[in-house]
Amino acid sequence: MLWYSVHTGKLWVQISRHPMSSSGSVSIVPTEQRAGRVALFATCLTDTFFPDTARAVVRLLERLGCSVEFPQGQTCCGQMHFNTGYRAKAAPLARNVASVFAGYDAVVVPSGSCAGMVRHVYPDLSVTPGPVYELSEFLVDVLEIEDVGAYFPHRVTYHPTCHSLRMLGVGDKPLRLLRAVKGLDLVELPAAESCCGFGGTFALKNAEVSSAMLADKMSCVLDTGADVLTAGDNSCLMHMGGGLSRLQAGVHPVHLAEILASTEEEPWVTPLATR
Amino acid sequence: MGDTTRNPVTWLGSPAFPTAAKTALADDQLRRNLKHATGLIRTKRAGAVAELADWEQLRLSGEAIKDDVLANLDTYLLRFEESVTARGGTVHWAKDAAEANEIVLRLAREAGADEVVKIKSMATMEIGLNDALQAGGVTPIETDLAELIVQLGNDRPSHILVPAIHRNRTEIRDIFKATMPGTEDLTNEPVELAAAARAFLRRKFLSAKVAVSGANFGVAETGSVVVVESEGNGRMCLTLPETLITVMGIEKLVPTWQDLEVFLQLLPRSSTAERMNPYTSVWTGVTPGDGPRNFHLVLLDNGRTDTLASTVGRQALRCIRCSACLNVCPVYERTGGQAYGSVYPGPIGAILAPQLGGDMHDKHAASLPFASSLCGACFEVCPVRIDIPSVLVHLRAKAVEAKPRYSPEAIGMAAMSWVMAGPRRFHVAQRLAVAGRLLSRGGKIRKLPFPGSKWTNSRDLPAPAKESFSAWWKRTRG
Repeated sequence: MLWYSVHTGKLWVQISRHPMSSSGSVSIVPTEQRAGRVALFATCLTDTFFPDTARAVVRLLERLGCSVEFPQGQTCCGQMHFNTGYRAKAAPLARNVASVFAGYDAVVVPSGSCAGMVRHVYPDLSVTPGPVYELSEFLVDVLEIEDVGAYFPHRVTYHPTCHSLRMLGVGDKPLRLLRAVKGLDLVELPAAESCCGFGGTFALKNAEVSSAMLADKMSCVLDTGADVLTAGDNSCLMHMGGGLSRLQAGVHPVHLAEILASTEEEPWVTPLATR
Repeated sequence: MGDTTRNPVTWLGSPAFPTAAKTALADDQLRRNLKHATGLIRTKRAGAVAELADWEQLRLSGEAIKDDVLANLDTYLLRFEESVTARGGTVHWAKDAAEANEIVLRLAREAGADEVVKIKSMATMEIGLNDALQAGGVTPIETDLAELIVQLGNDRPSHILVPAIHRNRTEIRDIFKATMPGTEDLTNEPVELAAAARAFLRRKFLSAKVAVSGANFGVAETGSVVVVESEGNGRMCLTLPETLITVMGIEKLVPTWQDLEVFLQLLPRSSTAERMNPYTSVWTGVTPGDGPRNFHLVLLDNGRTDTLASTVGRQALRCIRCSACLNVCPVYERTGGQAYGSVYPGPIGAILAPQLGGDMHDKHAASLPFASSLCGACFEVCPVRIDIPSVLVHLRAKAVEAKPRYSPEAIGMAAMSWVMAGPRRFHVAQRLAVAGRLLSRGGKIRKLPFPGSKWTNSRDLPAPAKESFSAWWKRTRG
């Protein structure tokens, strides 16, 4: 069992898995110490199009007791180049990421896809990646927290993005985090593990097939009756959200980080058109 | 046909995948047939696999055995040839489709056959054997029910295991009525359809002098050949005719009988979701008084040794043709197999066909590795753990290499890489991108010119934020 408590504004995490163990020894370390030097890798897409998500990660991690750094030298992980067949053009981007984030104990990425690129593809480009974590991995595996103290009174359905699911293997970590959110009504998404059809440049190169996949995904999302669709990747959310918005479907795409950052004191608000 | 230098692994004149896919997507009947069939078999496979606690171990074993075979292929092939010859079989080596077709046609003629019965086989499909036989005056009869439906319908296969998956039973009834004598009153009931095919094929089995098969496995230590099928029609072909000609890809070997055990577990559960395969036929050379009196084995290369030369791409040769990757693929589910323009469709086809064909300057072949969203569902189910997404990306790089160096895409990619490689340039680009808001209403861009229209035809695009996160950080915390 895991538990945490807020003590003088700082979060303390108990690392013993058996707080009531007969030995009676309880070791407690502050989150800051547990996570070490934490950097945020916002990713180019989130940085440019979805700054709210990156702000939410900072708010969330700071609330949990981490101090977060944002190295300004960061740009893009190079996944689009690599996956489209432009290996040589991906390499300098990979080297930039490796040098910008060198020396950190944890690099938190609000994207399963970009985290997967860094962790699993960089070695193939002869770039040694640092300790990179997708957000839910960082929360559940490193901080060992499932209840982040969030409040989100909405009906939500969760789409497990392909790379977080199959490349990183985050499993049910995002769901465990969502289940602990106060006020949140979690509805299971039918055929959740089917790809939404984004696939990076696939969405352009095979736009028709991509749209056919998107149509089925949207139909499943609408079946849930949810008013918020969440995922751990803004790229997939941009795709599904773009389709839902085109249909005026009235379902908001919201990144997992924004749900977890939302509290009763500072709740998430529907983004206004003037964002 | 006529062009003997061309590898028939892809169909001549096939349009690039996106074009073919567009046509397939518009075929409502096809979409319904595929959704139903792939959905059904997907669920069944998941159930069959979940029964085995050691499934992952089996996959690892399958991968390791095949990797050993590929790494020592020369040794195993010579051992296999020796064993087959010692047991009275004759081994022929074919470097490509043309050579293999020539050998089979010559052997069929020597046996005095003007008709041959065929067991379902991907290798003979890959080399276009039916066309070659027909051109040489020998009529091939497909005896696998689905393959027969494709042949009678003058159609092309759309699936490795279920080549007529794109047809429903009413369409099949119509094909039978048009091509089989005495089927005027046929209904679309599966039992009746099967009975009609059975009556048609029985006559062929009894009269054929020559059978042609492929092979699922060859056991190097004993020279045994294995064919795995569900209907029993294959066994009829393997036992009744006097002469048996088997065309086998050189990668189909396993070292020993013990290794075969792994694959006889992996294959049926992955392909048909069966615990055990219904008809597993094994033969070793010729046996006097039992089965065919002449056995010819044609060992086919057709691009395999070239594929073996690629450290990333060679894992495609582990494939045991189970089709699990087709059934889970979200792209295949929506386009069907014919859109891939090859006998090998779906994710495995997208990595196998371009490699066997060996020509990335061919626009159709070069389009295949891009026919995937890289969702990874194929890798997850592959019984021999072929990392299909990685091979797809590897082949995409080959396709890009084969393209003109200064294509608009290449220039765009190079420019973006240059911008992204320097944070200052990136931040300038972000500020410039804010101008994109002029195209937006309510924070959404609804229409862009080509190639952006590829996105905006079916989805909105969010406008870049007024202030990027990095700019916000610099302003508030920098």
